[in-house]
Amino acid sequence: MDFFNRFAIPHPSPAIYASMVAIGITVIAVIAGLTYFKKWGYLWREWLTTVDHKRIGIMYLISALLMLFRGGVDAIMMRAQLAVPENKLLDAQHYNEIFTTHGIVMIIFMAMPFIMALMNFVVPLQIGARDVAFPRLNALSFWLFFMGAMLFNISFIIGGSPDAGWTSYFPLAGTEFSESVGSNYYMIAIQIAGIGTLMTGINFITTILKMRAPGMTLMKMPMFTWSSLVTNAIIVFAFPVLTVLLLMGTMDRLFGTHFFTTTNGGMDMLWANFFWVWGHPEVYILILPAFGIYSEVISTFARRNLYGYKSMVGSMVIISLLSFLVWTHHFFTMGQGALTNSIFSITTMAIAVPTGVKLFNWLFTLWKGKIEVTTPMLYALLFIPTFTIGGVTGVMLGMSAADYQYHNTMFLVAHFHMVIIPGVVFAMLAGLTYYWPKMFGFMLNEKIGKWSAWIIAISTLLAFIPMFFSGLDGQARRMYTYSESTGFGPWNMVSFIGAAGLAVGFALIVYNIYYSTRYASRDIAADPWDARSLEWATHTPVPAYNFAILPQVNSSEALWDAKKHGHELFPGKYEKIHMPNNSGVPFIMSCIFFVWGFSFVFSIWIPLILTTIGIFVCMGLRSFEKDHGHYITVDEIKETENNLRGA
Amino acid sequence: MKELFPMKQVMGFVFSLLLTTVALAVYFLDLSLTMGMTLLLVTAFIQAAVQLVVFMHAGETKDRGAIYTNVYYGLIIALVTVFGTLLCMIWGYI
Ligand code: HEM
Ligand SMILES: [Cu+2]
Repeated sequence: MDFFNRFAIPHPSPAIYASMVAIGITVIAVIAGLTYFKKWGYLWREWLTTVDHKRIGIMYLISALLMLFRGGVDAIMMRAQLAVPENKLLDAQHYNEIFTTHGIVMIIFMAMPFIMALMNFVVPLQIGARDVAFPRLNALSFWLFFMGAMLFNISFIIGGSPDAGWTSYFPLAGTEFSESVGSNYYMIAIQIAGIGTLMTGINFITTILKMRAPGMTLMKMPMFTWSSLVTNAIIVFAFPVLTVLLLMGTMDRLFGTHFFTTTNGGMDMLWANFFWVWGHPEVYILILPAFGIYSEVISTFARRNLYGYKSMVGSMVIISLLSFLVWTHHFFTMGQGALTNSIFSITTMAIAVPTGVKLFNWLFTLWKGKIEVTTPMLYALLFIPTFTIGGVTGVMLGMSAADYQYHNTMFLVAHFHMVIIPGVVFAMLAGLTYYWPKMFGFMLNEKIGKWSAWIIAISTLLAFIPMFFSGLDGQARRMYTYSESTGFGPWNMVSFIGAAGLAVGFALIVYNIYYSTRYASRDIAADPWDARSLEWATHTPVPAYNFAILPQVNSSEALWDAKKHGHELFPGKYEKIHMPNNSGVPFIMSCIFFVWGFSFVFSIWIPLILTTIGIFVCMGLRSFEKDHGHYITVDEIKETENNLRGA
Repeated sequence: MKELFPMKQVMGFVFSLLLTTVALAVYFLDLSLTMGMTLLLVTAFIQAAVQLVVFMHAGETKDRGAIYTNVYYGLIIALVTVFGTLLCMIWGYI
């Protein structure tokens, strides 16, 4: 019995027991459903073992939407708790667990996979490639991310969730102050997902550098591909810091080392320092692909080429460098002297310059354009003013002397939500709507789409603008309640209404997916938005090999050239196509990783050793395996092409 | 014969052995901490460069531009991180 005690929740509540039951029932229902409809084989062949970048992209997308739901429920609970003073809905411990998991789920398990989803689906198509450089590695990346996310998500029903904030600062996150296994989950689950991300970084850099269609020089790449290249470069340089940091944290928690303790030569501040050495670049990993999406959407629906291509590229490269030079602004108040703080204030404010360049480029693109307001475009248009609020308050926070007033208040919370929501979430929703027809062969309903865009945008303002004021009045973040005499009540009530509005907006998106799946026309063109770049040059649904003939490119808008200037996109004739084989190893290996992580979290050593061996066995098998892929013959290509053209 | 003999690699090997010896000497000689650490850091960086250029063939293929850009970028970021951290945690900490 002793052994099983460790899996109990340290701080249970009826809601948690209810979720346990709900999760149990869902799992049983899924298994029963798959068995009843005899879908196990289909699932295994078509999805679990796939190495196709399009399918992997779609799996990332589904995971991201699920995690958006999970993080959203956390958010609603927090706002409900704070809606009125002295509320008793949640107690302090639950509130701590919820804001911690909310932060991690939203950043690492929602925003990251959403970006990966679009990158996976779009980048190979946009550069005219047949897949990524290392398709099997790509599958491994996805499954590692997925297993990391699952491991993290079971924490609240097995053993207890982390509760030291998504930043998990030591010494609070050390064993002395966080006794439950919650922070172990943090260290291990993020580690597993992070390794996956790091591999994606390498994979996509290689893909973009090596696999572009003939004629596509670096300066002729579409803007989303450029943003992905820069993003993945940041990943490769930033994520190793996280890997090592989490490893050190794990050692402190499980093996009694003293990297971040306050005694025995440890230095607790070092955690905060390295966390942000990774953390600030991380926020740019999130925002740059979003900028890429906006660039695509804005130039498509302003019906003209992107204004200032070179300065767009240049500003991204500068941002990628500057993003590594500013991390200290996250702890201006933790003891550095004026000189140090000033240095980092200046670098921080400098980032606003290239960001501003991008904003003006979009505005100039719109200026001369014939704007057509579709749902993706609506998100882009709503993004510009709302993001500006977030950016300007960021510059305010960047002034170190003033930050003593803002730091750790709701003002900060309002700032980063005002950048992340318009910056990342709107962009992902825009990208989702924009690429939906390519992914699934029908369009999402425009009317419902626009409604949800407006509701989400207005609710974002309602939810977060009040926090600027209550923050300046002194409402601290991460506090589970406040007294009535503080006067924060009304602000928080408005915030709650905004949060509820956001929930309605997202529900409407889900409804839109349902509605359009049922009623939307399946008879759409391969290029329904009259777009400009290569991803729209192939059929819908995209055949496994993407392009029957590799496209020939001579500008960043190859499809537009083909449509308007008689450029010949697909010269030559069909040849047999070499494609990678599916493989179950990435999935199996990631499952082993899951058990490995679980054993690690609970310090169950024998399974840990066994699974470690298992992981190495999987890698060894790969080294000795002879897998030369397969060929798609010319006849098969002809048949597929004819079918797709007929449709 | 001259083309066949890998002069560069042999010299590189000798040089890297030399660097290792110097680094090892830090243990046997009675140096101050600063002196020892400096010696270790300097030899480590040169060692890494030698390995990269001589044995990992950086600069011998068409993509030498990409490789060196990457290495320099990595170097810059590593240095910024290390010195920035020293600045925040030690020199500039009050
Ligand atoms: C104009 C550009 C920006 C500037 C000048 C800026 C500045 C800052 C500063 C100074 C802080 C720390 C404040 C404090 O702790 O008191 C901060 C926090 C934060 N920023 Fe930004 N920021 C910018 C853009 C972004 C973007 C684009 C994102 C995300 C996509 C972002 C996400 C965050 C997050 C998540 C935090 C809070 C982290 C935490 O402590 O929990 N920021 N920002
Ligand atoms: Cu930052």
